[in-house]
Amino acid sequence: MALLQIAEPGESTAPHQHRLAVGIDLGTTNSLVATVRSGLTVVLSDELGRSLLPSVVHYAADGGVEVGYGPQSRQSADPKNTIVSVKRFMGRGRNDIAHVESLPYDFVDAPGMVRLRTVAGVKSPVEVSADILKALRARAEGALGGELVGAVITVPAYFDDAQRQATKDAARLAGINVLRLLNEPTAAAIAYGLDNAAEGVYAVYDLGGGTFDISILRLSKGVFEVLAAGGDSALGGDDFDHRIFCWVIEQAKLRPLSSGDARLLLTRAREAKEYLTCHSEAPITARLSTGEMVDLTLTTAIFNEITQTLVAKTIQPIKKALRDAGLSPTEVKGVVMVGGATRMPQIQRAVGEYFRQEPLTNLDPDKVVALGAATQANLLAGNRAAGDDWLLLDVIPLSLGLETMGGLVEKVIPRNSTIPAARAQEFTTFRDGQTAMAIHVVQGERELVGDCRSLARFELRGIPPMVAGAARIRVTFQVDADGLLSVAAREQTSGVEASVTVKPSYGLSDDEIAGMLKDSLAHAKDDAFRRALKEAQVEAQRLIEAVQAAIHGDGELLSDEERRRVDSAIVNLQAAALGENRRQITLAMDDLEAETKDFAARRMDKSIRRAFAGRTVDEVEKATGGGGKA
Amino acid sequence: MDFNADHFALFGLPRAFRLDATALDVRYRELQAEVHPDRFAHAADAERRLSLQWATKANEAYQTLKKPLPRARYLLHLLGHDVGAENNTAMPADFLMEQMEWREGVAEARAARDHHELEHLHHRLRERMNASYDELAALLDDTGDHATASDRVRRLMFLEKLLSEIDEAIAALEE
Repeated sequence: MALLQIAEPGESTAPHQHRLAVGIDLGTTNSLVATVRSGLTVVLSDELGRSLLPSVVHYAADGGVEVGYGPQSRQSADPKNTIVSVKRFMGRGRNDIAHVESLPYDFVDAPGMVRLRTVAGVKSPVEVSADILKALRARAEGALGGELVGAVITVPAYFDDAQRQATKDAARLAGINVLRLLNEPTAAAIAYGLDNAAEGVYAVYDLGGGTFDISILRLSKGVFEVLAAGGDSALGGDDFDHRIFCWVIEQAKLRPLSSGDARLLLTRAREAKEYLTCHSEAPITARLSTGEMVDLTLTTAIFNEITQTLVAKTIQPIKKALRDAGLSPTEVKGVVMVGGATRMPQIQRAVGEYFRQEPLTNLDPDKVVALGAATQANLLAGNRAAGDDWLLLDVIPLSLGLETMGGLVEKVIPRNSTIPAARAQEFTTFRDGQTAMAIHVVQGERELVGDCRSLARFELRGIPPMVAGAARIRVTFQVDADGLLSVAAREQTSGVEASVTVKPSYGLSDDEIAGMLKDSLAHAKDDAFRRALKEAQVEAQRLIEAVQAAIHGDGELLSDEERRRVDSAIVNLQAAALGENRRQITLAMDDLEAETKDFAARRMDKSIRRAFAGRTVDEVEKATGGGGKA
Repeated sequence: MDFNADHFALFGLPRAFRLDATALDVRYRELQAEVHPDRFAHAADAERRLSLQWATKANEAYQTLKKPLPRARYLLHLLGHDVGAENNTAMPADFLMEQMEWREGVAEARAARDHHELEHLHHRLRERMNASYDELAALLDDTGDHATASDRVRRLMFLEKLLSEIDEAIAALEE
């Protein structure tokens, strides 16, 4: 007897159950987690009903880790071990960080990415972010009552490859399966677009705590297409606080501050900024550890004056993005405002003047990104039926290229290319008998290598000796749907081939991440072995579900014999997953993957045919020149 | 559908320079709706890899066909004519003279920070290029004169580069 399927509106009636998936906005100042529950997208709150989680992590000498409101309220008591705005350090070296001298941390310069020395040991920004993500994961699993299938994690659209990779590594460290890295303004556009059935060209102006993004999108029924993205990954609300902080020091003629006092004044600066959203002046009072008193009044007029250049810095990228999209400001139908910093009246005024229209502020600027991410996570987890979904076409924000002779950059994939994207470029040797070639991958718009971000250096070895200019070395860039790059190089003239593939890793190798994973597990007094086994079991279950869903949809693509073999591989894997032998699970997974390889290709083929449906075979045949190849 | 099919076949479009832009947009989206990695986020590894390859190919094909210059180069390539711009820079003297005049005009306007003149040059050049593209369409689709078409493509590569330089100069003035 068939069981009745009870489906929620907008959800699939496929034989699998609703998969628990969340959207995570990993913000500079605050983080959020949201999900689609009973067809409604909701932000998940903590036990006190608070939806935000301050992105503040405290490390104690006994190894204890605390995240959120607690450490935020006590930050001036132990500034060195209380990490705020860690997002600013993701994928960044010490020299890349603004106002590094006024930050209270004990920085350790490390290749690729800066580290922070705390009483609990040296922490990478990836580990600190992972601690925030773990807190969000625990909140979500508590609220939803089960393990997550995966999460969509948002990143600023203007994040480069290093910053994206660092975010993905943090998720991995937190035990979260990343369904997709999604650009924050794109997430906001999804939430806004679906809510308002918006059609036409929209701009999303996203000023967060530490990053600024501008994205231009075309919304049409069922398609979100990013036309251009721009921004500044080191500009945000924090900089406005810092301007007030500098003004206070200057006005009160303060001597160099202790890190506790600096943190206290930065907090007062932030409070004054927020107060000015609805008032024309804000009092700033503080008693410093030296006994000095600060007692000042910040007026709107002064605030506007000292932050004028910051506001102007956000208009430049808008112009560039519009130019890249080939549009003028008046062709934009609406401007969606995202990020807590867009509450500042001078921002709304400047944006309104530039686009000659009132910006759209009817969304909660703190929550819209998390809500959009949750909606996309629900889609990616397969909880929506075909035909009730949408297509998202996003771009890479910065050009990717290679260093060529003389320290110049040759662009391989230009900015605003729709992802996934791939492109190959050919190079040759310049010395007789040259057997190796150095390849330097960079990201950025400038012509000189020194002005761009270095992503990876590697060497292609084993090139057969030839005269200069005879070798043909093909370097292929592939950017995936998360906006992450991998590079492969290969010499292809002779029978001998040299080939190498790299994934830039920014100073955090796979071994290091594995080490961090082990450390964090050891600290949690968790059994690393059991944890790894559990992960393998979850992976196995995921694969079985994916294959079963595929068979449910396209079972007819398998012959009886193939179906028998796939079924038996599934049964084997199910049996292995019940056992405690991790290696056996991995082998059974490999086996099932192998048995379904051809099936996967046939399914893809069927999908592509479906794209041609509605047109007669004749029409397609004619168009393809009788089906023949070029 | 064969993964090695040409870009025109991929979108079910006739192999010609003149192209139905709306049909290209619609079919590109139809194809991406089926193969995009977002549709396979929860699928097994093999399917995810295939999806990445197909979606990448769809993007590359769309970008190639969308703009007239890469479309013409690609079409000539399919027809066995490699434009070979890098190795074949011997352009006729009158064309090079014309190029020098254009470049002088751009350099002067840039030096004088003459926004209006740069805009004017942009529009004049656009018109010049549109006429060139019309001629190219006739050469490729009507008379089938691929040798002359290759020559026009090489000229248009110069013009496209000049146009982007004018646009950069305008952008620099606005900043």
